[in-house]
Amino acid sequence: MFDLDKWQEIFSTIRQNKLRTFLTAFSVAWGIIMLVILLGSGYGLENGVREEFEGDAVNYLSVNPGMTSKAYKGTKPGKPVSFTNEDRDLLTRMPGVTASSARTRIFGSGVISYKNEYGAFDIFCCHPEYAQVESIRMIEGRFLNQADIQHTRKVVSLGKIVADALFKNGEKPLGKYIRVNDVLFLVVGVFDDPGGDRDMSRIYIPISTAQKAFNRGNSINNVCVIMDGATPEDSRKAEEEIKQTLSARHHFDPTDTRALFIYNTINEYQRFMQLFAGIRIFIWFIGVGTIIAGIVGVSNIMMIVVKERTKEIGIRKSMGATPSSIVGLILQESVLITALAGYAGLVIGVVLLEVVGNNMPNVDYFSNPEIKLDVAVSATVLLVVAGMIAGFVPARRAASVKPVDALRDE
Amino acid sequence: MIHIKELHKSYITGTNSLHVLKGIDLSIASGEFVSIMGSSGSGKSTLLNILGILDNYDKGNYRLDGNLIAKMSEKKAAAFRNQLIGFVFQSFNLISFKNALENVALPLYYQKVSRRKRNLIAMEYLDKMGLAEWAHHMPNELSGGQKQRVAIARALISKPKVILADEPTGALDTQTSYEVMDILKEVNGQGITILIVTHEHDIAAMTNRIIRLRDGVIAEDIRNGEVKKMKEMAFAAAN
Ligand SMILES: Nc1ncnc2c1ncn2[C@@H]1O[C@H](COP(=O)(O)OP(=O)(O)O)[C@@H](O)[C@H]1O
Ligand SMILES: [Mg+2]
Repeated sequence: MFDLDKWQEIFSTIRQNKLRTFLTAFSVAWGIIMLVILLGSGYGLENGVREEFEGDAVNYLSVNPGMTSKAYKGTKPGKPVSFTNEDRDLLTRMPGVTASSARTRIFGSGVISYKNEYGAFDIFCCHPEYAQVESIRMIEGRFLNQADIQHTRKVVSLGKIVADALFKNGEKPLGKYIRVNDVLFLVVGVFDDPGGDRDMSRIYIPISTAQKAFNRGNSINNVCVIMDGATPEDSRKAEEEIKQTLSARHHFDPTDTRALFIYNTINEYQRFMQLFAGIRIFIWFIGVGTIIAGIVGVSNIMMIVVKERTKEIGIRKSMGATPSSIVGLILQESVLITALAGYAGLVIGVVLLEVVGNNMPNVDYFSNPEIKLDVAVSATVLLVVAGMIAGFVPARRAASVKPVDALRDE
Repeated sequence: MIHIKELHKSYITGTNSLHVLKGIDLSIASGEFVSIMGSSGSGKSTLLNILGILDNYDKGNYRLDGNLIAKMSEKKAAAFRNQLIGFVFQSFNLISFKNALENVALPLYYQKVSRRKRNLIAMEYLDKMGLAEWAHHMPNELSGGQKQRVAIARALISKPKVILADEPTGALDTQTSYEVMDILKEVNGQGITILIVTHEHDIAAMTNRIIRLRDGVIAEDIRNGEVKKMKEMAFAAAN
């Protein structure tokens, strides 16, 4: 393989046939560029969706009350369902539920201020367990705790963006009082949320405090039920059970699809993962197809090469070239061209992905298109093997031509 | 050097079979300078290709330098061609993208001689042909005579025992043809057996033995003194 003479032989023939070499190289490089872009985009899609999910936990069910659409035991359709603390307590006792939180959202309506700084941010009223739903990370201080709920403390945990908006000039938010709809709340923590800007532009206050301070009685908007370790199967069963339990309590038809809206993240996550498995198979299918097309292309070109060089092969044979030296000559040329072109395609593909990735506007469900090193390396190895396969058939044919026939070729 | 007995060769194309060589008996001793003559299509090239192990034969028996040349692996045939035979062709058959030096050095490449060494030897042979300053020219920059001299240098570089030349002067003008024949005569003078195919009487007359093929058999086999006589006849005819 490292016979310098052979390489010199090959380089001299490549120099002699620049256009042909270029065409072969181009078809291989193109195949690899396509493969890299395909794989990279697939990965980008997967990354994007995964990020979208990472914003929140994927082990909870969000249960929202709706409005009945079916008559049930004498009640006419159109009756709104509304939740109270008891609904949360009821669902918390369900088997498989590891934690739960009520949630009442007060959207943008609340004016929140500190000294002269103010802004309208979402107010989330919930239990301490809600931190698990949002995968919140505390930057300083703490989130809400059970004591806050029990004693209806006027405490608040601020999203990073809210804290930055209210506390200027390096002032520390912890221990300060901010005004929430004209009620003073003590800041006990500032948090970060991988869910993005929207999730960081909110504040969390204890649900019990909110009910008391803003005259909401014992009503809540929503219950989030966390089922740690539950399988998608478990989660679907739980969905049914929630419907049964709540329909009995609120007197609606359990088959009424508009009385309750349940967002099952466990199930959704599984569905997306299945989708990715499908997409990955599809991409590899196309990728392998592209490579096979490349191999066939190279093989065809090498076939033409062999035909063009029949006379030369005849001359070489009359000088004492063995069949294996002819096979080696053609094979090595084919491997060299595919390997170099494949590598070039790989580099171009990766650079293209990089450029696209860096200049792309922030789109949901697509981020960081990239190709993993091991995938790139195995693609290159695959290519060299492909080059060998592509060269082998023509090389064998070249070696088997009878010298007298080869010499007669014009 | 060359011994053939009852050699037969047919070409089969589709359903047709063309019996070209119909029992050739021929012995050529080491150091002979032989020409094969005959009308076009009489099987001269066929015979020469068999002698050069470029083609196989159907029946009979062929010995080259004591080796029985019968069905053998292409690898073994390659070794025989490389070590025993030097070829000179009518159309020169130089590799177009290699310069004169590389063309001459090619047989040594297949003997695994190092690049530096074989280029040195190739230069020596080119120099003997008076082509030293053309060493780095490509074949298309050379005249016909020069090309044939490069081809002869290439045939000689592996120190073969036999030179087989199929119409070596067929593509050259008279003057150049004679120059090439002079070179071949000199090569023969060093003890190398030479077989040429030609249909030109004056060229054949420069060899020491003329074999005439007709209808697939040897019709005439004229030697030495007789050749000289023929040479005179040819001379007389030319004047
Ligand atoms: N490969 C081949 N297939 C079929 N017929 C052939 C082949 N080579 C030569 N012939 C035929 O064999 C005969 C002898 O050819 P050849 O030896 O080339 O003659 P010469 O060299 O004496 O002119 C011719 O009729 C030619 O057409
Ligand atoms: Mg002929």
